[in-house]
Amino acid sequence: MAEKLFGSAIRRREDPALITGRAKYTDDLKLPNMAYAAILRSPHAHARITRIDTSKAKALDGVVAVFTAEDVEQSGVPGQIPVGWLLPNMKMPPRSLLAKDRVRYVGEAVAVVVAEDRYTAHDALELIEVDYEPLPAVADPAKAAQEGAPLVHENEPDNIAFDWEIGDKEATDQAFAQAAHTVSLELVNNRLIPNAVEPRAALADYDPINGKLTLWMTTQNPHIHRLLMSLASLGLPEHKIRVIAPEVGGGFGSKIHHYPDEAIVSWCAIQLGRPVKWQATRSETYMTDAHGRDHVTHAELAVDENGKIIGLRVHTYANMGAYYSTFAPAVPTYLYGTLLSGQYEIPNIHCRVQGIFTHTTPVDAYRGAGRPEATFVVERLVDAMARKLGMDPAEFRRRNFIPPDKFPYDTPVALQYDSGNYEGALNKALEAAGYEQLRKEQEEARKQGRYIGIGLSSYIEACGIAPSAVVGALGAQAGLWESAIVRVHPTGKVTVYSGSSAHGQGHKTTFAQLVSDMLGVPYDDIEIIQGDTDEVQYGWGTYGSRSAAVGGSAIAVSAQKVIEKGRKIAAHLLEAAEDDVAFEAGKYYVKGAPDKSLTIQEVALQAYLAHNLPPGIEPALEAVSFYDPANFTFPFGTHIAVVEVDPDSGEVKLLRYVAVDDCGKVINPMIVEGQIHGGIAQGVGQALYEGAVYDENGNLVTGTLLDYAVPKARFLPSFELDRTVTPCPHNPLGVKGVGEAGTIAASAAVVNAVVDALAPFGVEHIDMPVTPEKVWRAIQGAGK
Amino acid sequence: MYPPKFDYYRASSVDEALSLLQQHGANAKVLAGGHSLIPMMKMRLAQPGVLIDIGRIDELKGIRVEGDTLSIGPLTTHAAIAASEDVQRLATALSDAASVVGDLQVRNRGTIGGNLAHADPASDLPAAVLALGGEIEARGPAGSRTIAADDFFQGLFTTALDENEIITAIRVPTGQGTRVSAYVKFPHPASGYAVVGVAAVLDIAGNKVTTARVAANGAFECAKRLAGVEQALSGADATAEAAASAAEHATDGFSADDFMSDIFASADYRAHLLKVYTRRALQKALERA
Ligand SMILES: Cc1cc2nc3c(=O)[nH]c(=O)nc-3n(C[C@H](O)[C@H](O)[C@H](O)COP(=O)(O)OP(=O)(O)OC[C@H]3O[C@@H](n4cnc5c(N)ncnc54)[C@H](O)[C@@H]3O)c2cc1C
Repeated sequence: MAEKLFGSAIRRREDPALITGRAKYTDDLKLPNMAYAAILRSPHAHARITRIDTSKAKALDGVVAVFTAEDVEQSGVPGQIPVGWLLPNMKMPPRSLLAKDRVRYVGEAVAVVVAEDRYTAHDALELIEVDYEPLPAVADPAKAAQEGAPLVHENEPDNIAFDWEIGDKEATDQAFAQAAHTVSLELVNNRLIPNAVEPRAALADYDPINGKLTLWMTTQNPHIHRLLMSLASLGLPEHKIRVIAPEVGGGFGSKIHHYPDEAIVSWCAIQLGRPVKWQATRSETYMTDAHGRDHVTHAELAVDENGKIIGLRVHTYANMGAYYSTFAPAVPTYLYGTLLSGQYEIPNIHCRVQGIFTHTTPVDAYRGAGRPEATFVVERLVDAMARKLGMDPAEFRRRNFIPPDKFPYDTPVALQYDSGNYEGALNKALEAAGYEQLRKEQEEARKQGRYIGIGLSSYIEACGIAPSAVVGALGAQAGLWESAIVRVHPTGKVTVYSGSSAHGQGHKTTFAQLVSDMLGVPYDDIEIIQGDTDEVQYGWGTYGSRSAAVGGSAIAVSAQKVIEKGRKIAAHLLEAAEDDVAFEAGKYYVKGAPDKSLTIQEVALQAYLAHNLPPGIEPALEAVSFYDPANFTFPFGTHIAVVEVDPDSGEVKLLRYVAVDDCGKVINPMIVEGQIHGGIAQGVGQALYEGAVYDENGNLVTGTLLDYAVPKARFLPSFELDRTVTPCPHNPLGVKGVGEAGTIAASAAVVNAVVDALAPFGVEHIDMPVTPEKVWRAIQGAGK
Repeated sequence: MYPPKFDYYRASSVDEALSLLQQHGANAKVLAGGHSLIPMMKMRLAQPGVLIDIGRIDELKGIRVEGDTLSIGPLTTHAAIAASEDVQRLATALSDAASVVGDLQVRNRGTIGGNLAHADPASDLPAAVLALGGEIEARGPAGSRTIAADDFFQGLFTTALDENEIITAIRVPTGQGTRVSAYVKFPHPASGYAVVGVAAVLDIAGNKVTTARVAANGAFECAKRLAGVEQALSGADATAEAAASAAEHATDGFSADDFMSDIFASADYRAHLLKVYTRRALQKALERA
């Protein structure tokens, strides 16, 4: 492949529309006769509904309709929200579009108002009378797991959604019995609330004549939404549903999932025969978007007398919330337990995860999804052990890394790492940070009563999870391949239909870069279409850092097929054998006779005219592929955070942040760096600022941005980025994925840095978010 | 985020605003920069039936030096106060405070009158006005009156202002001789409001502090003077050491119940922060001597 645009930091073609305000998001769309929906939500974490009276709301001027669960039931639609990942023996409580006689978390949808305008719709919500009989609630997963805890699903014997394990328990216990040293940590991985800039929204339009529903919505995966809408929620046949993702303002996972709200809005549009729009407020998204993380973990690490790790043992309570969100069961199991080997050679690992129902918002994939939790466990333990052994944390890591000559490497937790050079990335990061000098400065500062800390995080990530048969065997009710059509038009212009569905990532730029290089067609002659089920053949969407590795590879495969078909046509027209025709920079030519040539544009025209095609070749020049990868990809890297802690107030200042990532080959360095920047900010957010808090009664205390602290630009230093390049060996592009790397690495790096800063006080751990008060208390409590 | 229906009037003079207030009574609210009132209405925590917009009454805007008094119109924005050389020179604690309110957008819209009238416990300007010994001029149906800042802040979102009164000026004495002042805050990482904010105003003669006025917001249900610190400092050396030991008296006279407490900062921790930030405010003021 002639690499011209591949690797170049060209500006994103998406941005002019975005920064001039011309981009159209769901809420920008208006249809004639459109009405507005507002959803009444439970103010209780757990209550019985004894009466709903909608008459006053219905009587309000401007109200079109008010519906409750009973209306949905009577309409005869399936009305369910299904779960898309099954684990052995997991409980399967049902979840319906609207709560009927019981609510199980604050924010659960109870009724919907449709009105002529938004203000009236919200006024009408206040006129719906609901009698709730409050019941005891539980929000903490460790408490909910105990016998006698209030039951989330009253027909189940307990709140344990599933009890899953991986690894060899006996061998691991044995390793611990023989260990020279062990460390253990109680770790809380704090619950996070996604904060996409655009809250969720839907606009549904139903055509009763041909029975077709068009649904514009904030989605990362329109085909998955179409499938679940059809099968479980609405019962409309799949070909009579068109899901369109207009411009989507971020997701971080929160727009993967199939929620009741968009289905309710669609159902209303069908009932009323007029378009209905719903735009969540920020407070609504706080209550209803699937949250992230929320683990309570007991973790232990064992080493032999040489400081080599011999065992890792983990028990985790993973909060599921009140119901399973779409892919919730996968996150704390196959995206967490399987990652616990980190970058290390650990002969024995055992991990048990109990998924727990609580009276809280459902929890599901959020940027990193399981992998930040795994990295946090491994990297905190590694630091704790290094400290116990009196060893430099970089040296302890180095001693235990899987060496480059051991790839492919089989971990004891089911993954086969295909490639890696962990020490290379560590060394580069240490050098970039000036590690030895930093340690000296830390020493000096301590003498002056200043507390600087240096934290490392050497992470592994598994992304682009596949092949489909493997994920199917693990419980996925989805395939995880991706599709692409590359269509060369008669004039040689190109349209690509991709099953990926960008919501801020810049696919229209990177994918066009790829295709331009492969086909030798000018970048501006290439259009990328995605996010529309009527236009795009099929697709599983954008999440899990899969779009370049899986979606991009699908495009590469299709482009290659186009090249090969073109070669046949060109050979025929040039009167040469196919094997003698080379393709380079957009030109087919006869090897050894370069003036006997045709451009791909000329070939395309001939392909469409079809006046003179070789026998057996169909007209037109396009190709489709459904690309199913051979394995996951395994990006890795080392991040280093440098913090200073103010011992008086407990405030933590992030002084520097160095990141060395290996995401394989890089298509557009600017976009890759942007992903890493945002990812780091989110990881730092989890470490220092963010945390959803529920009170004893299951009320979400951090219900708005007044209380839930997302990191602001001014809290962060300028990041220092570098990379190593270990190409993915099994996909055509050598790319691995980078959407989550920053988030996966950063929280462990920052917490390790804070704990390192406070080492002179004897502080061994502080739970995230590491707020000033917690730091202050840790200093008070530890005593010098 | 959709407020219920309300009527909107735009007043073109204080008299007109007052008569509208009189007419609509408790159902009406004055609207200035809207950066406290509108968010409350969007969350339906406030549901006034009538808004009387005073935002375009020019007589309520601007900063004037009148002898040894700085007079500030209630509609003056935080940004204008922060940028004013007169305020920076004569009432530094106030320009400090205005410069750290929220973010740029908030400072460009929010006004000092609205900030004081709203009396959010975590607002920044109350402590500065209180420490500077300011007074608030209010006009109602019965005419004008002047309320000392010491009497103005009465509790959580509660002031001495009557429902039918409008703040028409904020006046701050500029002091004689060497007066230095400063305001420092610990901003909440989510809201940007003060978890604790301390304003210190010191009159200095020779190497001694003659009078100290120190006030805090964020820590209590409303801005309060820190009497223990003021006493410890009066007549003390104008040094960082004296400031540090005086700051240890920040919580004198308060009980644990007096301190605000929330998920971000408990009462204990706020009490501790109050000492730390008092020290920082005093030292910052002294650096300006
Ligand atoms: C995102 C955000 C962050 C913020 N951060 C901070 C911060 O860090 N520190 C801080 O101090 N503040 C902060 N604020 C609040 C901001 O300073 C407000 O602007 C201010 O508190 C209120 O002023 P206003 O002009 O906007 O008043 P409005 O919102 O218009 O009115 C507030 C109240 O005062 C009354 N009122 C207004 N003017 C008068 C008057 N002349 N006479 C009588 N009553 C009057 C109104 O009737 C209303 O009850 C923040 C606000 C936002 C939105």
